Amino acid sequence: MTDGVADLATMPTLRADLRGISKRFGATQALDDVSLTLVPGEIHGLVGENGAGKSTLVKILAGIHQPDNGTIALDGEPVEIAGPAQARALGIAVVHQEPRLFPDLTVAENVFIGHAPSGRLGTIDWSATRRSAARLFDQLDVQFDVGAPVRGLSMADQQLIEIAKSLSVDARVLILDEPTASLSAHEVERLFAIVRRLRDRGVAVLFVSHRLDEVFALCDRATVFRDGRHVVTTSTGELTTADLVRHMVGRAVSLFPKVETPIGELLLEVEGLTRAGEFRDISFSVRRGEIVGLAGLVGAGRTEVARVLFGIDRRDGGEIRLGGHAVSFATPSEAMDAGIAYLPEDRHQEGLVLDFSIAQNVTLPILPRLFPRLLVRASTERRVADEYTRQFDVRMTGVDQIVGALSGGNQQKVVLAKWLASKPRVLILDEPTRGIDIGAKVEVHRIISELAASGLGIVLISSDLPEVLAMSDRILVLHEGRLTAEIPRARATEERVMFAATGNLEPVAAGDQTSGAADV
Amino acid sequence: MSDSGAAVATLSVRSRGQWLAVVARQRELSLVAIMIVLGGLVTLTAPQFLTVSNLSQVAVLAALIAVAAVGEALVVITRNVDLSVEATMGLVAYCVASLLERHALGTTGAIAFGLGLGLVLGMVNGIVVTVFRVPAIVATLGTLSIFRGIDYLVAGSHQVPLASLPDGFTNPARDSVLGIPIFVLVALGIVVIGSAVLRSTRFGRQLYAVGSNPEAAAILGIPSRLVVFTAFSVCGLLAGVAGVLYVMEFGTINGTSATGLVLAVVAAVVVGGVNIFGGSGTLVGAALGALFLGFIANALILVGLSQFWLQAIYGLVILLAVSADAIIVRRIQRATAARRVR
Repeated sequence: MTDGVADLATMPTLRADLRGISKRFGATQALDDVSLTLVPGEIHGLVGENGAGKSTLVKILAGIHQPDNGTIALDGEPVEIAGPAQARALGIAVVHQEPRLFPDLTVAENVFIGHAPSGRLGTIDWSATRRSAARLFDQLDVQFDVGAPVRGLSMADQQLIEIAKSLSVDARVLILDEPTASLSAHEVERLFAIVRRLRDRGVAVLFVSHRLDEVFALCDRATVFRDGRHVVTTSTGELTTADLVRHMVGRAVSLFPKVETPIGELLLEVEGLTRAGEFRDISFSVRRGEIVGLAGLVGAGRTEVARVLFGIDRRDGGEIRLGGHAVSFATPSEAMDAGIAYLPEDRHQEGLVLDFSIAQNVTLPILPRLFPRLLVRASTERRVADEYTRQFDVRMTGVDQIVGALSGGNQQKVVLAKWLASKPRVLILDEPTRGIDIGAKVEVHRIISELAASGLGIVLISSDLPEVLAMSDRILVLHEGRLTAEIPRARATEERVMFAATGNLEPVAAGDQTSGAADV
Repeated sequence: MSDSGAAVATLSVRSRGQWLAVVARQRELSLVAIMIVLGGLVTLTAPQFLTVSNLSQVAVLAALIAVAAVGEALVVITRNVDLSVEATMGLVAYCVASLLERHALGTTGAIAFGLGLGLVLGMVNGIVVTVFRVPAIVATLGTLSIFRGIDYLVAGSHQVPLASLPDGFTNPARDSVLGIPIFVLVALGIVVIGSAVLRSTRFGRQLYAVGSNPEAAAILGIPSRLVVFTAFSVCGLLAGVAGVLYVMEFGTINGTSATGLVLAVVAAVVVGGVNIFGGSGTLVGAALGALFLGFIANALILVGLSQFWLQAIYGLVILLAVSADAIIVRRIQRATAARRVR
């Protein structure tokens, strides 16, 4: 117990029981009556699609959200986790996907931020801090210069510092939220070795991951969430990847399916598109009247591809052709002039100016075209806004209404109206129905379908598998920046897409895929 | 039963949200109301407040600040700030006065030179911010010091006395047309033209969009850097106009003229309801803010309080205005959020 750091071998253990946890955000039931038990000396995997409720559960354990219903018990004692500080005090530590460290402070300072050993007069005892930090890393069996600043350390090293930090507060429940997303294979191995060592010393570990192979490699048991509900908890020895995928998919949502439209000539061709660190060697094409779905898990590189197509980011390699001509966009306005429109993922951050009226938002991207003489005429503006918002049936008091006062679904319709006013040939939609209620969702699907029927080529990025399946003529699947499958509508099933999205190949040897699928 | 209860709750939330929105949008009206009430109170203790000569003196000084505040407002709407306006005013004022003293360019030429110099200094700010990507607060703190340093170097210990200016040059500071002081007419003209530009040109729309949501502006293909550069340039030009007015008003000019005025200019903008975080506000508000500050300064003197209070009161007014804005914005957001969840 010297220097205020407990020896791992003598640490008390803690069992966490979550019973009947529910959490609702507005119209979304993020968690619905889920239960989960974290046992000392066990690594528990938590898997599920995007939006299955994994991160909500993590945030509840971390004290960031409070459950609407249900109880959390530690060693049988019911507790309330009111905030992150209390979670730490109770012995729960969370290592987030993106480490949250102070880059200008040293490794030791980061580990002991807020609870550094104090000397006489209540001042911080720096040499004790450094010694304690060094001891922690010894226990983790990794070498670290604890006096060096964090800035410049790799993501993997920063994650180890987060783990050391959780040990420094005697965490007995350790939650790892997508910790391997940005690690190399070797770094993943090192992390796993450390996590196993902690397990063997009695820490209860919750491992949240998209990567099913890692769940099998590391976890003793696994739980699957779907749509905020608990589907199954079982020992990983009794599961196959195919079982796990089957449990993850299978959501039933009523949808407006795509209307059959004749597919026309080639509009957009992408060949070998690469941006270092984000995606590599992406090739696909979009034709008139076609909806091409872009599926994949969060972080697979879908939005990054869209940003390059729209001229927001630069490409490092590859070619983009529009109507047969090679194009290269330095800015979004060049992409717009060429006939590409992009509806961004985050409509508040990037899509709308909330202080502006509907009419002002609709005409914002086309001001130079609409008013070549610099002067803006309000009547013209209103007429154009009226025309496009009428098409989409936006519920509003009038086009002079401030956009910030509309509901999410209606805001999304305004964003669509805005981009259509720019008369694009190719429309890229990034998560167009996220966070809007089911009624508005069906309407947005109808609009997308009509747009395709009117001859636009559409790229639909969505994490909502049933949506992608119902709307797309073809589905491209990305996994960690690479195209892992291209599935025509007729052959598309949720299992096929999910397999490709988790980096696996075909579940059934269909004959047209390369080998390597046999071992799953 | 519970349905109608919910409907009533929604209704009251809505009306409260809208009421707050009205207050927030009507900063101009609230300022006028406060000035009328304060004016009444001051008149009770100091009857000379409500005389034509006193009020026009207040208006003339306020007009000078208002011209600079309009330029500052353009910059603040884009989520930037220009702290160098007072140095621009000072340098322009000295150069114009010195040219007049030496009969170098004639009266019109000296004024034109002053306005051109203001524009160039504004463009320098714009380039530092948009090309070299220096945050505006740092960039203009730097140029504040640089412009003032140049002023000291050019002026040395020399002071241009009132007597060296051409006859009648300072008359506009005292003359009126149809009973309205010429300075006030100049400020009014600038506010009217500027407001029209903001309301009904592409540039005006883009100015607000850049300040309100820079990420969206980028994705919408708005030339943000050009818009910000233009705002700084116009701000410099208007600081130049204010510099020329400064010469007419005070006549005696040296290297330290107009020192300390930036606080009044920024205070006018903020008090006038221009959001310090960009995206909203009007030029009328900024001009009224200038009038409000001039009004307080005058009231202090008449009531017999020391001038030394003024600096502290300007600072206090800035803090009050910004925290009032923050509170109102938070309330509106809460009210609209409650309305969205049906």
